[in-house]
Amino acid sequence: MTIDTVEAARPELEEAARRADSRRGFFIALPAWVYLTVFFTIPLFIVLVYSFATRSSTGRTRLADWSLDSYRRLWDPLVAQIAVRSFMLALATTLICLLVAYPFAYYMATRRPALRNVLLVLVMIPFWSNFLVRTYAWKVLLGSDGPLSQLSQAMGGEPIRLLFTNTAVLIGLVYGFLPFMVLPLYAALERMDWSLVEAARDLYADGWTAFRRVTWPLSRPGVFAGSILVFVPTLGAYVTPAILGGAKTTLLGDYIVSQFLAARNQPFGSALSVGMMTVMLVFTVAYFRSGARNL
Amino acid sequence: MTESVRLEGVSKVFGDVHAVRDMDLSVSDGEFFSLLGPSGCGKTTTLRMIAGFEFPTQGALRIHGVEMGLQPPNKRPVNTVFQSYALFPHMTVEENVAFGLRMKKVGATEVGDRVKKALDMVQLAHRAGASSTQLSGGQQQRVALARALVNEPEVLLLDEPLGALDLKLRQAMEVELKDLQARVGITFIYVTHDQEEALTMSDRIGVMNEGRLLQVGTPQEIYEHPTSRFVADFIGEINLLAATVVDHRSVRLLGGTPVAASTGAAPGHDVTVAVRPERLELYGLDEPVPSGLNTLRGKVVRRVYFGDVFYYDVDTPAGVIEVKEENRPGVDLHEIGQVTVVAWDPAATTVVES
Repeated sequence: MTIDTVEAARPELEEAARRADSRRGFFIALPAWVYLTVFFTIPLFIVLVYSFATRSSTGRTRLADWSLDSYRRLWDPLVAQIAVRSFMLALATTLICLLVAYPFAYYMATRRPALRNVLLVLVMIPFWSNFLVRTYAWKVLLGSDGPLSQLSQAMGGEPIRLLFTNTAVLIGLVYGFLPFMVLPLYAALERMDWSLVEAARDLYADGWTAFRRVTWPLSRPGVFAGSILVFVPTLGAYVTPAILGGAKTTLLGDYIVSQFLAARNQPFGSALSVGMMTVMLVFTVAYFRSGARNL
Repeated sequence: MTESVRLEGVSKVFGDVHAVRDMDLSVSDGEFFSLLGPSGCGKTTTLRMIAGFEFPTQGALRIHGVEMGLQPPNKRPVNTVFQSYALFPHMTVEENVAFGLRMKKVGATEVGDRVKKALDMVQLAHRAGASSTQLSGGQQQRVALARALVNEPEVLLLDEPLGALDLKLRQAMEVELKDLQARVGITFIYVTHDQEEALTMSDRIGVMNEGRLLQVGTPQEIYEHPTSRFVADFIGEINLLAATVVDHRSVRLLGGTPVAASTGAAPGHDVTVAVRPERLELYGLDEPVPSGLNTLRGKVVRRVYFGDVFYYDVDTPAGVIEVKEENRPGVDLHEIGQVTVVAWDPAATTVVES
């Protein structure tokens, strides 16, 4: 039998141990690093490079004659109109989701724990079936011979023509993104220390004032998180507007797709993508800045 | 003295749990009243009913003669110091303290003056601008006190406010709280499971168990003359010995020893005799025992040294009895195995129902 000689602690040994620890951490994260690099960073970089390239007359992208021409086109009135429409739609979706989700999240968070878990599962059930399939279901529901329209006609009314309108897109987006608003709001309200609300009531605040002065400000991180989770993807939404929206209501998502596929103007499509991502990044950073102050 | 808070036949039922049963209580103006009992005894529910966070299932609850009924908390002249302090984390110390006054629409100048005075009172004026989350436990506790007292409530309700503090700080705060209460003259209703807190601070104590108010009295009455086995056992250390009533002046302990003790129970009735360990004295067999004392012979089976006191376990025919003797000159030390006489004054003997 040999006895291992254990060395006494020295600064360089501590340093070696620290390096080994950081190396282990790197290997644990390696699969994610590789995946994110190959499928996110490199494609993003390609998009960024393409946005400075030029389109040849045949629709090929020439990786030469680098210019800012594609970015100049972002100030085109048509682009501005589409951007404003997308922005308003994303804003409306976010606000409606917030108005619907907040009372529900509040209700969930104030139930007894067993019921909370049941409600939580109910919120997540839609994720069990495909988003595309569920959006096509809305197409049937909102169609001029769909159940809503039939009900209206049975009651002696006009057929309802919702499909291929902005309203249909809005309904579809609110439907699709509501859980993303409910969950962070629920997480924030579930963590709430309700004795704070009692303290406010004890200090002469009525129910509404206690909500306004205590519950709402303390749930604001959840409101911000939910709003970002709904606003950012709806700004660039493609599937829902493509299925429920009409040709008249082009949004940023379809517009970008059409640049790549129909107009075959990859540099301009890339510039649109980069521009949109920059705006989202600004919003997200602003959120984290303000969130850090609120938390 | 004027009556401050009155409960008449108050009960609270949650589903099939009777949290508070048929409670009658009267607290006087300016009194420091403690509700003492183990967790789940209904003391916090009682406090929450007075605050307005829970409504009684049955009974009348009046504050200065005004029926509180189903009044919400914001319409009651009481303020609460919460167990977890419940300071608003998104507000500064000053904003926390000013909250109640602002809700009552008190003028800005007056709010400023009163908040400053309240913070001075708890020696936290220098932390007025700090976020309430940056304070130590003891400081949070003081802010919670200032936030409640600044409103000059008719009654201050305190729900185990010292529970989260460490021992030294808690003892210091006990003294401070009592001083504060004497200074402001507001009725305090204090909920605690800690008998030491209740004994040292209260003018009167109400002991609760299983939703019932068992006994109300001064700390001395509660400690010296418990009226039930539960109160005797819950507060302090005590020897509980099974006995049978002989007549209204004496009982017979298990093992047949008769001892003097006054009781209202009928002869032949099974009762429990309660004696505090510090009221017992140990005598060697060769020592003369003063006349008039109750005596019981037994063998020392255990001795524990506590520095200032010795605890002895003495095995007697009536059961093992704990004796607490001071460690000072003139008090003899007794050895394990030694046969001794346990003696005590009949006046220190309490007879309670078994």
